[in-house]
Amino acid sequence: MEWLTANKLPLGKWIKDRVEWLLDHATHIFDAFSEAVEWLIESTIDGMLWLHPLVLVAIFAAIAFGLHRSWKLVLLVVASLLLVINLGYWEDTIQTLGLVLFATLVCVLLGIPLGILAAHRPWLQQVLRPLLDLMQTIPTFVYLIPTMIMFGLGVVPGLISTVIFALPAPVRLTILGVASVPKPLIEAGQSFGATRWQLLWKVELPHALPTIMAGVTQCIMLSLSMVVIAAMVGAPGLGIPVLRALNTVNIAKGFEAGLAIVIVAILLDRVCKQPATGERS
Amino acid sequence: MIAVEFDKVDIVFGDQPRKAFAALDQQQDRETILAETGQVLGVADASLSVNSGEICVLMGLSGSGKSTLLRAVNGLNPVSRGQVKVAHEGGFVDMANCDGRTLRNLRRKRIAMVFQQFALLPWRTVRENVGFGLELQGMSKAELNRVVDDKLALVGLTQWADKYTHELSGGMQQRVGLARAFATDADILLMDEPFSALDPLIRDKLQDELLELQRELKKTIIFVSHDLDEAMKLGNRIAIMEGGRVVQYAPPEEIVLQPANDYVSEFVAHLNPMNVLRAGSLMRPLVVGDNLLEQGMVASLQSAENAKMLNREGQAVDITMHGLDNTYSAGSIVGASIDVTLRDALSIRQQTSAPILLHDHNGYWVGALTEKEIFSGLLRNAG
Repeated sequence: MEWLTANKLPLGKWIKDRVEWLLDHATHIFDAFSEAVEWLIESTIDGMLWLHPLVLVAIFAAIAFGLHRSWKLVLLVVASLLLVINLGYWEDTIQTLGLVLFATLVCVLLGIPLGILAAHRPWLQQVLRPLLDLMQTIPTFVYLIPTMIMFGLGVVPGLISTVIFALPAPVRLTILGVASVPKPLIEAGQSFGATRWQLLWKVELPHALPTIMAGVTQCIMLSLSMVVIAAMVGAPGLGIPVLRALNTVNIAKGFEAGLAIVIVAILLDRVCKQPATGERS
Repeated sequence: MIAVEFDKVDIVFGDQPRKAFAALDQQQDRETILAETGQVLGVADASLSVNSGEICVLMGLSGSGKSTLLRAVNGLNPVSRGQVKVAHEGGFVDMANCDGRTLRNLRRKRIAMVFQQFALLPWRTVRENVGFGLELQGMSKAELNRVVDDKLALVGLTQWADKYTHELSGGMQQRVGLARAFATDADILLMDEPFSALDPLIRDKLQDELLELQRELKKTIIFVSHDLDEAMKLGNRIAIMEGGRVVQYAPPEEIVLQPANDYVSEFVAHLNPMNVLRAGSLMRPLVVGDNLLEQGMVASLQSAENAKMLNREGQAVDITMHGLDNTYSAGSIVGASIDVTLRDALSIRQQTSAPILLHDHNGYWVGALTEKEIFSGLLRNAG
């Protein structure tokens, strides 16, 4: 046994050296990226906070009604948001919402094209599968450390950790959706002279849309589950009061902040869910 | 005029189709080729030509290669060896070896397809489904709507234009499939068992509708079927396929009367010949002076041009022409076209008990059906 432990493989050191090499040679790139993203997210959040809370509640209610035409949902949205305001977590909630929306946006912009590419290329699926497994199983704290060093404390390392954790869902479900388009439908497209691009837009994506949307909803939920961890590296939002409650063993505060997270989760889930109309078979 | 021609088409599935060619040329069957080369034989050495305006039925059991051959026409299945030639702009395009642009162009404008399971897009309305092919061509909205309305009326679905396809019955869904294929005004129509998924009654109705539309539209139709009755009803010519090879390509009557081998005769053994066989292929040729005396009623023919029939007493007998009302008095002589079916001939015969005189397409009397010919037709030992 001794010979096995005597010469430890320098795996950890190897990774550390890479990260340090990156830091030495590309600090300005990381800094510029970090500043740009931070500015984008914070101005969005500031913009939402600039509005009167009740105005924003009304806007959310209008969006919910516009998507689902359901007064019950509007009632749920208004009541829940009023409760959040009442508890005093409005600002944190909006900050969390901003972070989650941005993380989801990044995941959608990266994940759906990647999923489409992989659905048509078995080799890419082979490459992606272990990578996606890794992204979902590796403990968040492990990549939190280097991202924090590279991008500094704040919203950006939070965003990156969230994206790493939530990205696999839209990728996997896009692959599933696009790959499961029935062959006769593809052939119908081909036999009427569709180009590859037309086939994608007029046959594959419409057919895969419900599955892709399920991936997006899942992505939102996964992003939300990362708020507390994002707060540890300084991302603003509902994670901060949760962490503070943990450190001060404050049951009341912990419960209230936790409730606010649950409320945001329920609202986002209900609003983003595909309308179950009779239009789709 | 030839619209589609299959020239020694081989279709082999597998990673190295070339490996199968040698075995294929030695007339090996599918199992042997699979065992020896690991390649799956789809179609072997298929040569047939389809004239424009004609319905050609590819007929065989499942696994006979009929669908595979059909799908080679629009390039859904790759051709391993040989050519599939489609008439286009005065020449022929080989679908097996043309570039992507030409293939797409032909698929958009010249060749349309109707699928067995309809293959309609469920997230689109009936109207949007019918306009699918036109949309791919980039047709303007206004023109597209005009064409779609036209085709919906053609298949009788105007009322259903804004419904989703799953709200329609199977028969209606396939009408949408037909309208979608008609919409691009392609003159070659590929139909891959289009009516197999439907109830027998609906199937029969759609077959009649297709024949009616065909009388107007005069498309070149290649129709795949595993149902001999359907093939006989629709086809101008039928290609019987077995194990990837075409065993006989002939008009329906010839298939029934002169089956090329045991497989075909076994196939047609259970067919009801009444609607398939026509007087022309059963009749005895008519010669002047021929004595058609039967049951003491009819005498001999005096001259072929004027077709005067004389009875025993030397008096001329009136000839009633076979028409729509189909009722004749006993003893009258009925004249009919050589295209009259055995069923109609039997019905005439039942009413008149007299031989039937047959004229060709130019109006000349060319033959007669007596009891003997009718019985031979029923027992299928004529020709």
